[in-house]
Formats: sequence, C-alpha cells, structure tokens
Amino acid sequence: MTAWEPPDRPRSRLAYCCPEKMAEDREPPPLADAVQTDFREVEEGEDLFVSTVSTAEQLSPTSPEPASFPAEDISTNSNGPKQEILLDDDQEDLFAEATEEVSLDSPEREPILSDGPSPAITPVTPTVIITPRVDALFDRSLDEDEEAEENGDTFDMQITVSDPEKVGDGMNAYMAYKVTTKTSLSLFSRNEFSVKRRFSDFLGLHSKLASKYMHIGYIVPPAPEKSIVGMTKVKVGKEDLSSAEFVEKRRSALERYLMRTVNHPALVKDPDVIQFLENTELPRAVSTQALSGAGILRMVNKAADAVNKMTIKMNESDAWFEEKQQQFENLDIQLRKLHASVESLVCHRKELSVNTASFAKSAAMLGNSEDHTALSRALSQLAEVEEKIDQLHHEQAYADFYLFSELLGDYVRLITAVKGVFDQRMKTWSKWQDAQVMLQRKREAEAKLQYANKPDKLQQAKDEIKEWEAKVQQGERDFEQISKNIRREVERFEKQRVKDFKVVIIKYLESLVHTQQQLIKYWEAFLPEAKAIA
Amino acid sequence: MIISGLFKFSCLYKKVNFVLFFVVDQLRSVSVDLNNDSSLLIDIPDALCERDKVKFTVHTKTTLNSFQKPDFSVSRQHEDFIWLHDTLVETEEYAGLIIPPAPPKPDFESPREKMHKLGEGEATMTKEEYTKMKQELEAEYLAVFKKTVQVHEIFLQRLSSHPNLSKDRNFQIFLEYDQDLSVRRKNAKEMFGGFFKNMVKSADEVLISGIKDVDEFFEQEKTFLLDYFSKIKDSTAKAEKMTRSHKNVADDYIHISATLNSIAADDNTALKQHLEKFAELLEKLRKVEGRVASDQELKLTELLRYYMRDIQAAKDLLYRRARALADYENSNKALDKARLKSKDVAQAEENQKQCLLKFDKLSESGKKELTSFKGRRVVAFRKNLIEMAELEIKHAKQCVILHSTCIDLMDSSFIFAVVQVRGRR
Repeated sequence: MTAWEPPDRPRSRLAYCCPEKMAEDREPPPLADAVQTDFREVEEGEDLFVSTVSTAEQLSPTSPEPASFPAEDISTNSNGPKQEILLDDDQEDLFAEATEEVSLDSPEREPILSDGPSPAITPVTPTVIITPRVDALFDRSLDEDEEAEENGDTFDMQITVSDPEKVGDGMNAYMAYKVTTKTSLSLFSRNEFSVKRRFSDFLGLHSKLASKYMHIGYIVPPAPEKSIVGMTKVKVGKEDLSSAEFVEKRRSALERYLMRTVNHPALVKDPDVIQFLENTELPRAVSTQALSGAGILRMVNKAADAVNKMTIKMNESDAWFEEKQQQFENLDIQLRKLHASVESLVCHRKELSVNTASFAKSAAMLGNSEDHTALSRALSQLAEVEEKIDQLHHEQAYADFYLFSELLGDYVRLITAVKGVFDQRMKTWSKWQDAQVMLQRKREAEAKLQYANKPDKLQQAKDEIKEWEAKVQQGERDFEQISKNIRREVERFEKQRVKDFKVVIIKYLESLVHTQQQLIKYWEAFLPEAKAIA
Repeated sequence: MIISGLFKFSCLYKKVNFVLFFVVDQLRSVSVDLNNDSSLLIDIPDALCERDKVKFTVHTKTTLNSFQKPDFSVSRQHEDFIWLHDTLVETEEYAGLIIPPAPPKPDFESPREKMHKLGEGEATMTKEEYTKMKQELEAEYLAVFKKTVQVHEIFLQRLSSHPNLSKDRNFQIFLEYDQDLSVRRKNAKEMFGGFFKNMVKSADEVLISGIKDVDEFFEQEKTFLLDYFSKIKDSTAKAEKMTRSHKNVADDYIHISATLNSIAADDNTALKQHLEKFAELLEKLRKVEGRVASDQELKLTELLRYYMRDIQAAKDLLYRRARALADYENSNKALDKARLKSKDVAQAEENQKQCLLKFDKLSESGKKELTSFKGRRVVAFRKNLIEMAELEIKHAKQCVILHSTCIDLMDSSFIFAVVQVRGRR
C-alpha cells in the first residue's frame, strides 16, 4: 500500500517563535526542514483564531506566507506582553498565529496546560498499514496555566506506539507493543526510552488512574476498548488483512490514549504513569480481565452507580454545571450519530474501492477482447485509470477512518468520561448531604441524651457530633474542590476539543483535496487516449 | 428537444405526487448519426408515468408520401415497442439485418425501494436531512425516467435511419395508428411462442459456437462477438455496482452534513464556524459526487449496456445465418435423397435453390451490417469515453475549488484575527 502522504509533499514548518519561549529563552531545536508554529485561541468567541494548515502548493495564494509575518511581530514583543497575555484560567487572551504547510506532521500547539513550550516532532515509521499521523494533535505548545508557568520544565513529550509483535502461541498469545517516549521533562530519568507493553497493561494503567483521580473530578482519558473478536483472530494466527487492520487500529488507539493521558498536567506526574512509561517490567494487570474478581466487582459497582444516579436528586445551585451537563448530553447524542454516519461513509467508500477495482479488471479483459486496436488500447488505459482510482478511494477510506471516524469514537468515549466526572460530583454532594443528615441525627440524639441524663453516653454523643461535624466540613470541602476541579478540567477539555476538531477538519479537507487533484491528473492523462481512437 | 414530464408515483405507504418539468437537450450519446434524414424524423417529446405504466408520446415529422399526414403524434406503451421489435425479428425479409435491440422495460424498482426505506426511516432524521434525501430520490426517479425515454427514442430512431427497416409496414402502423395497439400485440399464445423461441435460440448458440465457418469473415466475427459479449456483460454489471457505491457515498455526505449542522447549532465555542463551513462544504460536495455518479452511469454504464444488447442483436443475425446454412445443408441432403428415389426431384431442387439464395442473401447483407456495426460501435465508444473523461475532470476541478474555498474561509478568519491582534498592540 502506498503511503498516505505522497512523498513529494514538502514538509516544512514555520520558524517557531512565541513570547513564552522567548521568555524562557528557549527555542525548539529545529528539525531537518521543520519549523513550528504556535497559536493560541481566543476564548471569548468573538475572534476566531484558527490554527491553519495550508498546503503550500495546492491552496490559493490567499493564505499567508508562512514564517514571514506573524513570527517576527510577536517575537519583538516577546517578554512584554507575555505576562499580560497569560492569565489565569478564567481569562485567557489567546491569539492564534500560524500557518503551517501541509504535512500531517505539522505540530499544533495546545495552548493549555503544558508545562512549557517547545514541541518535539518525531516522525513515526508507519507499520504495515499506513495511517495518517494523528499524533500531531498532541504536539505541545504554549501554556497559560499559572502552575505550569512556575514549573521550570518545558513540556516536551512525544509518545509513539509501534512494532506490534505477537508473543506466544494459541489462546495465550498476545500482542506486545513498543512504547517509545521522547521527552525532556525532568520527571523522567532519561530523554528517550522505550518499553514493551501489552494491551492489558494499558487497561491496568487506566484503571489505576481512574480510581485515583476520577473521584476528585479529573477527566481521565478512557482506554481503547477490548475486542474479543479482533483479538481472537490475531491469536488464532489469521494472517489476513482484517487482523492486520485490527492491530493497526489498536496501535493507533493506544498511541492516542497515551498522548491524551500525558497531556494532562496532573496525570503526567503520576508515578503509575511514569512507571508505565519507564519500567522495563511491569506487574501483570490481571484485574483488567473481565472475569477476574476485580472485573466482577467493577460490574457490580457499575450497576450500583447506575441505580444511585437515578435516585440522587441533586439541588443544583450552580447554573454552570447544569448548563454544561445538558450541553454534554446533547453533544454525546450528536457525536454518536455523526460517528455512525462517518462509519457508514467509510464502509461505502471501501465498497466503492472494491467495485472500482473489479470494474477495472473487467474493462481490461474487455480491452483485450476488443479487435479495434485504438479502442482496445483506450479500454486498457481506462482499466488502468480505474485501478489507480480504486487505490485512491482506498486511501481516502483510510483517511476517512483514521482522521475522522476514530476521532469521533475517541470523543464519544471521552464524553462518557466527562459525564462520569459529573456523576462523581453528584456522589460527593450526596455524601456531604448524608453527612449533614447524620450530623443532624447525632445532634438530636445528643439533645435526647441531655434529658435522659446519662453522662457517659452524653460524652460519646458529643464525640460523635464532633466527628460528624468534621465529616460535614470535609464533605463540603470535597464538594467545593471537585467542583473547582471539574470547572478547570472542562475548560481544558473544551479547548482540547476545539483544537482537535479544527485540526482534523482541516486535515480531512486536505485529504479530500488531494484525492480530487489526483483524480484530475488521472483523467487528464486518459483523455488524449480516448481522443486517439480513430 | 423539450421533454416535459408529469411524474406521478405512489409508493406503498406514502403518496408522493410531484410534477416535474425539465428541459433536456437530447444528445443521443450511445448511438450517433441518427435522425439526420429529414424525410422521417421521430422523437418522443413527452411521457407520462402512472403507477407502473409509462405512456410515451411518439411524434413523427415526415415528407414521405407513404404517411397520411406530415406531422402527427400517437401514444404508445412499452409493450407496443416490444411488439414492434418482435414482429421485425420474425420477418423473414429482415433476417440478414441487425435488428436494433428492444428497449428494456422501464424499471423504477430501485428508487421505489429507496423511497420506501426513506419513509420508514423518517423518524430518525432531521427535517433538513429528510428533505435532502427526498430530493435525491426525486432526482433518481427523474434520471430513470429520462433514461427510459431516451432508450425508447433511440430504438425508433435507429429504425427510421435504417434504409430497409424504415419502410416496414408494421413500423408505419406503429407510428401512425391512432388507436390503441393492444389488439395487435402479443397475446398469451404468442408470448408462449416467444418463450419457446428463446429456448431454440440457446440451442443456436451451441450450434454456431461448435461449427467452424468456412467464411473467414464470419468465423472471425463469430469468435469475436461471442467473446466480446460475455466480457461486455460482465463490465456492464461491474460498472453498475461501481456507480451505485458512488451514489451511496454521496448520500452519506447528506447525513454527515446534517449532523454537523446540528452540532454547530449547539456549539458556542470557536469551533462553530468551522463546523458550519464544513457542513456546507459537504452539502455542496455531495451534489457534485451525485453528478459524477450519474454522469458515469450515463456515459459508461449505459454505453456498455446498450452495446451489450446490440451485440446480442448481432449474434442473433449470426444465428439466423447459421440456421439458413443448416437449412441449406438439409435441403441438399433432401435433394440427394429425392434423386436417389427419383421422387419429387424438381421440388427438392427448387427448395435447394431457395435455401441457397436465402443463405447468400443473409451472408451478403450480414457482412455489410456487421461491418457498419463495428464502425458505429467504435465511434460511440470514442464519443462517450471522451465525454466521460471531460466530465470527470470538470467535476474534480469543481471539488478542488470548493475545498480550497472552504479551507481559505477557515484560514481567513485567522488572518482577521492576526490583524486584530496587531491592532491591540
């Protein structure tokens, strides 16, 4: 299969320049012919700043020339406006500046919580099936977050998952993936290292992170889904296209999962994450198996949670939460619908590719059997054109899938995680309320004991009251903390969402343009042949 | 030529009535050089579709004396065309000619089924989506309708352009008789006869494919036609599948565009504009993709389909010649037997002479027909392939422009922003 990206496409990037970078006196090491751009976005919504990706040769000249005008301007104002510009969460004044030349590897800045600027771009050698590089979504950029400001580390982290290898035989076989991390963060002992991990390791990591952070309101990115059918095919050793596709799909999903996880400022510092990325040996995460003790416990908990969710009736005092929850509900429904439509598109395009290929063969045979020489040649040429077109459709189907469909799938799962976090807040609130009820009861009990005149029991009651007062206070604090965390998380999430979608939409459009331009080329080559029929 | 169609259709659960007027400039794409002879000009300016029946208005303009009026129209049904075709095929006199293939029955099955499904799925779609899908289906009906009119028209025009067939009495009756032709049409008995004839035909195939022809020309033609027929039949089927997939992709764009619009409506982040523009683009794209699919259908699939049927007609000519040859050989044997028995020799001699005459006539006219057929085919292929390539290029260029405009629009908001940022400083 030919590479998704035609090799003659220039991969140039803009000279990376931004105030923060200047401030920290740091410029990313330019890669071979790479320049980086960064942008920030205005949150108020009135200005739309867009990280734009334009193809140098293909787009009309209205797109601004890269490298020239934005970079210089900003750089002159480096240190000055920096402090003004970077504010706290609530008031972000971001400006986008960047035009990047085509390439799927173009880094997009994530103007949120990275520890510092400086993206690293590492091209990944694709495996059997070439997929468009979507890890470009995760390239780091400037960060306005206050805490990150203090952190002297520049956030620079690139994770790639590659080289899927089948280990073992029969039903105990599994796929081992090489996880390579390139980073300059001080959290890690080395700058570049790789380990071997299997799928259940990833699930194990996720379950640990979820149990640690979800209840305080952090949106923990969900791990890729299990697939019994897919894995069985691989285990059984079916060396066909569909199992190769499955492995590639999974590899790509695991990569995106890790990048999303390390993009989270708190999660990247988590010892489990560090251990996952660094340690050669990792204790086997058996609790992720569906039928293990932990698995069954999970299922029970899920059921209990579902029941609770229905019974808890929260008095929402904060309109923001109510609005956001509704918004996410709607978005969930819409994204699911969109995902289904895009999956249907992928399916139909694959069908189109297959049908075009079979037509090409048939036309070739027809050309062979045609006795008029010129017409015979034209028919054979037609067959060749159609064959090239079928390849084109095939590639487009891959773009449809890996750019669009997978992104939507990821977001459907992410939104489930977001909703989960809102549910945690409800649970916290519920706990707080329960504590208050308990306190009330204890107070009533104490009042009763006052009359009954039992001094020893009274003391116990007073102690209990103290205990429950503390619990109530703790409950309130917890609730406020989780609310605050959620606000911050949701904003971060929204920014990421906007960025991800913008990037993907533009990349997808470019893939469509590319397909059409190839079509023009092929048909233009065929036209003289048709005209030559005498 | 103007075709106005009154198109009524009612499907199982929903009554969909719509009136469509459309102007179609009929460039007969599958066959060229028709209707050039002004002494007999035929066209189908109008057609009416009710339920399953299509009624064609056949309009004739002629300077020939054999017709009663110089300008007249009649109403004909599809079955009338079939009757005309079959009577021509059965006419001995035309055994040496390639009879133009009968037009296929109008088939609205595919769009009807889709309309049915659409009706069932209405609840799951937004109003906008539903309207668009309905529009698409209406366009599909229209396309099927146009095609069937075209195919019937071409059939008549080939007849009128043929030096021998245009003078056929039954053809004249078809054009002129202002009453319903159903009296003259096949009744059940004749239809059964037709079925039997088809069975005999397949026996003929075995007959001619087995025997090697003495005549070099006919031997070559036979080999070529038999092979080519199976290949072109296969190609037609594959082309059809390909076009259908293309239409499915275009339809998917409708759903995606509609959902993107819903998301954009609820969105109040910086993403809103992107989503809206993207949705808009997809909406425009699907129209282009739809046109690509239908152009491909018309120029490629229809071309292949038409010539597949034409080659079948050419094969029929070969069969008839083979049968004439068999008759001649039989008559020889009969003559020998008669000479042996010295009984009915004169009769047998006469019979043999007739058979030989017939065979020679068939061979001669057959050769002429087959040669001109080849020329006709090459010209038609050339025309259609060129047109198809040009249309594909045109559509692809349009797509590129649409995409680039969209990307630029997404870009330009950025330029805007940079200017504003500069302004702030």
